[in-house]
Order: sequence, then C-alpha cells, then structure tokens
Amino acid sequence: MSTTTDSKIRIQLEDFSVTDEIEAMKKVSRNIGGITTFLGTGRELSKGENITQLNFEHYPKMAEKKLEEIRQQAIKDYGIIDMSIIHRIGPIEIGENIVLIVAVGEHRKETFVACEWAIAELKRVTPIWKRETTSKGEVWVQDTP
Amino acid sequence: MITVKYFASLRTIAEMEEDRIEVENSISMDQLSDIISKTSPKMGEFIRDKKVMISVNQEMADSDTIIHDGDEVAFLPPFSGGS
Repeated sequence: MSTTTDSKIRIQLEDFSVTDEIEAMKKVSRNIGGITTFLGTGRELSKGENITQLNFEHYPKMAEKKLEEIRQQAIKDYGIIDMSIIHRIGPIEIGENIVLIVAVGEHRKETFVACEWAIAELKRVTPIWKRETTSKGEVWVQDTP
Repeated sequence: MITVKYFASLRTIAEMEEDRIEVENSISMDQLSDIISKTSPKMGEFIRDKKVMISVNQEMADSDTIIHDGDEVAFLPPFSGGS
C-alpha cells in the first residue's frame, strides 16, 4: 500500500491530506478549470446508535481493480480530464477521513456529475466492508444509504 | 486446488478466513456449495439461496460459473464502503 500521491488509486491504512491530493491532481494538466471533491468521514450516529469506532476491510487486488475501473469509466463517460480515488481501511475514529474522490476537468459541470457517479458506483461495486462499534457491540454494515 | 476466501460477516458464518479445496479439474458452483456445506452448513445454504455475491479470480461470478483448478473463489457479503 502506497502513501505517496503518485498513484491515482489507493487503498491505505494511513490518513491522507486533502490539500496534497488536490495539488497532485492539479499537476495532471494545464487545462484544468474545475475540480470537484467528495470527502467521506466517520459519522458518530448510525441508526440511532452512537458509534465509537469504524473499521474497514477490503478484498485486496479486486477492490483496487474496481476503483481503477470506476476511474477509467468516469474519464470516458463524463469527459473529465482525470480522477483520483483514495479509500482508507483499518480502524477509523469519528471525524476522520475515510474516502476521497477528486475529479478534475476543463469545466465544473462534468466534474460534479463524475464525482457523484463515482462515489455511488464505489459503494455499489467495490468489495469494501464497514464494521461499526457501538455500546451494543460490533456489527458489519450490510447497507449504506 | 481452489482457494476459497470469506470476507467480513461471512468469516464468522464460515468460521474461517480461507480454505483450500482439492478438485480434479473443474466443478460447478453447486458442487462447491455441497463441499462447503459439509464443513459449514449455513455457508452452503447462503450460497444456494444466493444470499452472497461470488467472485472468481477477482471478477464477479454467479451460480452458473464453472470453477477450475487453480481458481480463487471469494464469497462477498453486501458492500458497505464509502462513508
């Protein structure tokens, strides 16, 4: 697992810097005129229960492959210049970063739609699972809105 | 030999993370679920009732997929990545 900003698809234990990731994507092209980001973070309340910790697990190789497919599809279908997707695994505290998607394009419109599509697609096709710890114990989340 | 992997909640049901199963040449998903049922009846039931997603060699598969010697089969509960 890499922690450098070189790779546009990463699944890593370590936290990431949103600023560094945006700066890395700005270097992709001098034609970038719009950047949309989605940052998912650890939420305290879930279905009325207070969460004390989150824990993410992934299927190595397959998860990275799915994220790369999402990136390629977003570039092809929405006409954006590029996209990076970073997802953390392992224990995540409330308020910490979980997932970051950065879509860069010539204009804002395509980056908005590409970013929204990419996070929905990530949730649908990427083998990553979330376990929530509450006062009642640990539970694997089977559905996420 | 095929490698069988269980993820997240399915690890608890199968009571293992990974298994290796000897096969002659190739087997159907039904045959694989019969083999798995011998050690984990509940897991076999989950596969037969299509309560889990299946991948073969990191590509999504289904109950009609034929599994060959050397393949990696994974049983996947509903995904919940994102945030």
